[in-house]
Amino acid sequence: MSIWVDENTRVVYQGLTGSQGRFYGLRNRDYGTRVVAGTNPKKAGSDVDGIPIYATVAEAVKETAATVSCVFIPAPGVKGAVMEAAEGGVELIVVITEGVPMHDEAWFFNKLKRDFPQVRVLGPNCPGIISPGKCNIGITAGHIAEPGGPVGIVSRSGTLTYQALFELKQKGIGCTTCVGVGGDPVPGTSYIDCLQAFEADPETEAVMMIGEIGGSAEEEAADYIKTGMTKPVAAYVAGVTAPAGKKMGHAGAIVSGGKGTAKAKMEALRAAGAMVGDNPTEAGELMAGIVADLS
Amino acid sequence: MDLFEYQGKQFFASYGIPVSPGEVAETLDDAVAAAERLGYPVVVKAQVQVGGRGKAGGIKLAADAEELRQHASAILGMDIKGHRVELVWIEVASDIAEEYYASFTLDRSAKKHLGMLSARGGIDIEAVAEEDPDAIAKIWVDPVDGLTEERCRSWVASAALNPAATEGTVGILLKLYEAYTDGDADLVEVNPLILTPDGRVHALDAKVTLDTNSIFRHPDYEAYEQTQVRDEREEEAHEKGLQYVGLEGTVGVIANGAGLAMSTVDVVNEVGGRPANFLDIGGGASAEVMASALEVINNDPDVQSIFINIFGGITRGEEVANGIIEALGRVEIDSPIVIRLDGTNAEEGHQILAAHLSDKLQIQPTMLDAARAVVALAGGDAR
Repeated sequence: MSIWVDENTRVVYQGLTGSQGRFYGLRNRDYGTRVVAGTNPKKAGSDVDGIPIYATVAEAVKETAATVSCVFIPAPGVKGAVMEAAEGGVELIVVITEGVPMHDEAWFFNKLKRDFPQVRVLGPNCPGIISPGKCNIGITAGHIAEPGGPVGIVSRSGTLTYQALFELKQKGIGCTTCVGVGGDPVPGTSYIDCLQAFEADPETEAVMMIGEIGGSAEEEAADYIKTGMTKPVAAYVAGVTAPAGKKMGHAGAIVSGGKGTAKAKMEALRAAGAMVGDNPTEAGELMAGIVADLS
Repeated sequence: MDLFEYQGKQFFASYGIPVSPGEVAETLDDAVAAAERLGYPVVVKAQVQVGGRGKAGGIKLAADAEELRQHASAILGMDIKGHRVELVWIEVASDIAEEYYASFTLDRSAKKHLGMLSARGGIDIEAVAEEDPDAIAKIWVDPVDGLTEERCRSWVASAALNPAATEGTVGILLKLYEAYTDGDADLVEVNPLILTPDGRVHALDAKVTLDTNSIFRHPDYEAYEQTQVRDEREEEAHEKGLQYVGLEGTVGVIANGAGLAMSTVDVVNEVGGRPANFLDIGGGASAEVMASALEVINNDPDVQSIFINIFGGITRGEEVANGIIEALGRVEIDSPIVIRLDGTNAEEGHQILAAHLSDKLQIQPTMLDAARAVVALAGGDAR
């Protein structure tokens, strides 16, 4: 099994007619993802390499029974696109777009929680979600991931996620689902949401978690690992030596006043019983050790 | 993007928040002219984006032109915690009865906006938060609802300010919330918010951080972007559109993806080296971007060796390798380079690089091996 997306998941791409949307949408289809529709109000009735384009998500859902939307709309249009997808009736909205204003994210997070509590947003500014061998939604290079199990991955960083998938693959370890929650200040899906889903998924037997400086999401995840998780967790947190007050790439990755440091996060995770590596390779080795002990 | 105080005050004023009348000045003569227009006494305030200006002597009261000349000449050019004062803000001096603190920012755990108000303003609010957390009245605002006047009133009441300040403070906080949301700020902070002896409330300082992601709907923010403080290296990287943060060490770092770049900085430190920078070239790792990145690093005189750490995802290893070789053809690099290339078609990438290896260019199989090699080349004692 896998969490949230599998071989039956039907996906509509908002922005499929744009250059990024087309590139990744077609790649995702080549991987095996059921890319059933795209949207663009100005190009309704046309198609992208055989994939029908509808004016709205609601129409796409009606015609194709899509349950997931993937958003490649430029940042200014993301707020509207997310609301359109929620109103259109999908269950999961994967927002790849980076550069979405914080106030837009905070607004649609709370709006959805109130008016569409059953709808999950993943991202913005995330690589997407992949259940290897079944479904790949977003910008992850599918071939670096080994299908199967027993590991579930949740990460805030793109390239470090790929690194983790690749290291596990080289060790012959499969992955049920890999979720990139994104590095923005208001992620639609938190580590805890992912950890709970992995805890409930019978095929996921261990979880790899990749964190980053800034905010307190890793500390909150540590609390959940301590109280709510029976499955083992291996973790890595980037930014141990990042200077305070400097913004390093991701909107989320900024340390202020000693809060949100990688060290504090690693300590919290260790105290919760997770195994924490000092670098990505070490975390991969720790995971390999955990997997070896499972059998 | 952090604003200078004078920009923050102009930003506040544009939302109707009362601030002291003032002018910004670059030279002593401009400062004097500004003070003549404003009328004495005035306060001369160093414009630097760092706390503790007052303690460093960067804020002075001037009763007349002679005092103003004395203070402004001392403050202009002053070094405050490594920041050179290029500008001063001259403003009409205020009589202060009481000093408060007010701010709005995002509470990332609650995923709602957090307003903080305290009767104990004028000092370090983090110290107040630690010593006496009850002295800060907090309000969580759902972005969908916004801040209503009714909730704002009960929030202000809970802060136990001087009753004379209530009306003025409610008015300012409502406008401050509007500035925060409508202005796409990550943070708006007024410390101190003052009550004058004659019962007026206004913002005596302004700390504003704007969300650069919102520039598409605030074209006027480009002007703030122009005045951002960057060192030469950061300025060059910014012009080339690279995600660069200058650090103090000797090992130049280039990686693709913010997480991997941060991780690379960590690993260099872990093995006993000191990174000269954080540089994220993004997913693609094309020759063009690689050449720009190498140029920026090469222009940093402290750099002794360079670590290129690339994970090929959709961009395959051979493309990355060709990009590096092409970039090296375009830019003359002084320092030796250590490459770690992993991911999609890494083997093919290594084969391409193999023909170009020399004492100035080597490949290492893992991040740790590469970090040790690059630190040794920088003259460090690699662990």
